[in-house]
Formats: sequence, C-alpha cells, structure tokens
Amino acid sequence: MKEKMKILLNGMFKENPVLILALGCCSVLAVSVSVSGGLGMGLALTFVLVCSNVVISLLRNIIPSKVRIPCYIVVIATFVTLVEMLMEAYLKSLYDSLGVFLSLIVVNCIVLGRAEMFASKHGVADSFFDGLGMGIGYTMVITGMSVVRELFGSGTLLGIRIIPEGYQLSILTQAPGGFFLFGCAIAILVAAMAKRGKKFEPKMGCDGNCAACHSACDERKEAEVK
Amino acid sequence: MKELLTSVSPHLRSGRTTQKIMGDVLIALCPALIASVVIFGPRTLLLTLVSAAACVACEYIWERLMKQPVTVTDLSAVVTGVLLAFNVPSTMPVWELIVGDVVAIICVKMLFGGIGCNFVNPALVGRVVMFFSFTADMTTFDAPAGTIDALTSATPLALIRDGAVGWSEFPQILLGVHGGVLGETCAVALILGGVYLCVRKVIKPIIPLAYVGSCMLFMWIFGSPQPVIAVFSGGLLLGAIFMATDYVTTPTTNTGKLIFGLGCGLLTALMRCYASSAGAVTFSILLMNLVVPYINDLTAPKPFGGVEAK
Repeated sequence: MKEKMKILLNGMFKENPVLILALGCCSVLAVSVSVSGGLGMGLALTFVLVCSNVVISLLRNIIPSKVRIPCYIVVIATFVTLVEMLMEAYLKSLYDSLGVFLSLIVVNCIVLGRAEMFASKHGVADSFFDGLGMGIGYTMVITGMSVVRELFGSGTLLGIRIIPEGYQLSILTQAPGGFFLFGCAIAILVAAMAKRGKKFEPKMGCDGNCAACHSACDERKEAEVK
Repeated sequence: MKELLTSVSPHLRSGRTTQKIMGDVLIALCPALIASVVIFGPRTLLLTLVSAAACVACEYIWERLMKQPVTVTDLSAVVTGVLLAFNVPSTMPVWELIVGDVVAIICVKMLFGGIGCNFVNPALVGRVVMFFSFTADMTTFDAPAGTIDALTSATPLALIRDGAVGWSEFPQILLGVHGGVLGETCAVALILGGVYLCVRKVIKPIIPLAYVGSCMLFMWIFGSPQPVIAVFSGGLLLGAIFMATDYVTTPTTNTGKLIFGLGCGLLTALMRCYASSAGAVTFSILLMNLVVPYINDLTAPKPFGGVEAK
C-alpha cells in the first residue's frame, strides 16, 4: 500500500505533470480563466486518465508495439467521447465554457504520455494510482491558477462577486496573464523544492532503457560514456 | 595572505556612476514634467511623485526581503517611476498606477536580478500591463486644462488618421496643448531633454535619430497623410529619447544601435498605419528589446588582430 501511495504522490508533486513535466500546458493556460471551468477540466481529465490508464494496462500484452499509439488513441478517445456526451447532457454550461478543449483531451500529452510511459509497462493497480495521482496533480494546478485568475482578473469566485466592479486586473484573464501566472507557479515550486534541499530535475518516467530514449538526461549521458 | 587580484584590461576608471547618469536622466525629464503640469494641472505632479515613490518602495522592500544589498540610491527606480507616470493619462486612478509600478519593478526588474539584468524596459512592461488591465482608464484622455471643452479629446494621432490635422495645428502639437498621456504631449520639452542628455553624453543620439527618422520615412512610404506631424505626436519622442536609449536593453555597438533604431521605426510605422496607434511605440520598443542579444551578436566588433571565432 505504501508503494501505491508513493505512485499517487509522485503524480501530485515530484512529477507533477504540468509544473515539472510541463505537459498539458495548453489546456491549463486556456481553461484556467474561471474556477468552474478549471475544476471541470481537471476532473474530466482525471476521469479520462484513470480509465485509459487502467484499460491500456489491461491490454498492454495484447497491443502490438508497432501500432500502440493508434490503439492508445482509440482507448483515450472512447473515454473522452463518454465524458463529452455526459457533460453535454448534464452540465451544459460547463460543456459550453470548455468548448474545444474538452475534445482536445484526446491528444492531451499527459494522457498519451502516461499511457506510453507508465500504463503500458505496469500493472493495473499501479496504473490506476498513477492516473489518479497525475490527474489530481493536474487538477490542483489548473484549479489553483483559475482561483487566482478569476479572483483578481474578474473579481469573482465561482461566479460570486468578491472584489467590487472596477478593481480588476483584467490582464490576468487574457493569455499573457496566464503565461505570467504559469511562470510564477513553476518558480514557486522550484523555490520550495530548493528550500527542502531537493534538486530540480524533471524526469520523464525513465524506465532505464537508454537506447530507446531520446531525452538528454544525465543518466543517459553516463550510459553513453560507458 | 591576501591574494592579489588583477582583472583584464581596460583599467580606465571614470567618475561616472549609475547615480549620476540617472540623475541626468531625471534632470532631462524635468522640462516634460513642468510642461505636463502646465498642460494638465497639478494632478500630474501627484501621479509622478506617487509613481516614483512606489517604485523606490518596491525595490527597497524586495531587496530587504531577499536580503540583497539595497540599491535604491542609484535612482534607477525613480527614473522608472517617473517614466511610467509619464505614460498614463492625467485622470488615471492612483492605485492603478501603483499596480504598474509593482509590475515594472518586481516582475521585470527584481525577479531577473535587479538593475542591469532586466531584458526589457521595466516601465514599458508596466505600461503594457496597465494598458491591458485598465484599458478604459489608459485610453481616456482629458483635454488640457483651460481649454473650453474640458471633456475627453481625441489624440492628434487619431485626428491625423482622419486627415483632420494640418500644418496650422503644428505649433499646438509641438507645444503639447492636446490630449494624451502626461509626458508625451510637449514635443519641445522632450527634445530639450534629449539634447541635454546628448550634451552630457548620457545617451548617443543614434537611436533617437534613427528611430524618429525611419519612422517618418516609413510612415511616408506607407501613405500616412502627415508623417512629419505624426512623429511629433503620440509617444514616439518620449519613447525614442527616454525608453529606447536604456543602456541595459539596447545594443552596445553603434551599428547595433542603428539597427535597433531602424527596427523600432519600421515597427512603429507599421503599427501606426495598419493597426492601432495606441501602444505602437511601446510594443515596437519591447519587441526590439527582445532581439537585442541577437543584434549584439551580429554586430560584435572583431578584436584587433583577432581571428573569427569558429
């Protein structure tokens, strides 16, 4: 159980998909304008991530490696379509506010990345916790950013007015404000890690197979030297 | 035993300090400040003082919090504050101006390591943030005090676009008795400040001349009805003399400075003729700020007797 907990926390902090792996930034920047949108997007992605991780993990010995990416896409697209249809039926306003970004979960790098890096190599239970951790990590970041952006950019929280009209920093609701906050969030995380004496080194779910890897990590360089 | 350290040449020393240079810039800004007080009334003075004080306070507080040496006495924060105040209309609420100051000093200057490390002009980014956050307040220009219709008035640039400005209005534009932001309206005062800076050798006249000249030329090519009057109105002179000459964010060589000025002129002319005239100067200088490292690389002088690096 301790191991499962480690996988879960790994996605939330140590390998936070958005802030450390820098995956899925597009939707984070685009959707985090309102808290309801951010939270909705985070939960939708978490659902897709958990389900696709589990199914891909189940099928990992059946999928031929040459056509694995199309297979992953089919699995992921199934769950995205499910979420989309459910949301359109029961949460129409959220569906409208998320717009195209909901469908774009299909090609979200986090989902595809976890399928390729984790689910295709690990058991069902591990993959479930990995998907959950990564999803929670994503949801935390996008919700946190959307709280700041909605509160200071529009003066509201979940549509309820907090700051009176006329005292907003509307740049926060626009793209530059999103990038700015994103940078700040990464800076805060790095500073916090530095304070705890941890080195900041992004890792892309390394499986030790340096020959098939294209990243420029230190371990690979060492392996090449050998 | 204490080690004897030697540094590479040149070993020349001059008495010029950041404080003296920034002091000169402040003196050069005085004519424009006086002009804006005359044109827009005493609130200008309040805005300028508040802005300068806010910038200094931001820098001081940040350096104390981060346990860095306090550098507020070099006056660079004061210059940033005054320039930022010069970029807002006289009706701007004070708190919005302070937001711009905080962004300029904390986000653009201190986060990147303080004076000498900012890669774009702090005052300009402060202005952009205010421009996008408080668009209405930033673009509502009240008419100069003492004119009959003391409501909002269009800026000369907007009028030039409509072809409503001719040579008969030129003296008025030179003196700055028209709508606009605090520091930009009085062309005569700005030129006076620019000449002072050149005489004191604080800036080289290359960038301002290249900027203004090329902007005039390109606006003429792009078919602006009044290219000459246009360069004397809007924020062009303020930008060309005081913002595009910032040491940190402009090229170091003369050729580089020329390229920088021409680039600013081309971009400003393009934006003024084909896009919105509001913010044209700001965005031109910011965009050119970003390519300064490349310009520096391209125009790096070859050391005497040196060979091309491979």
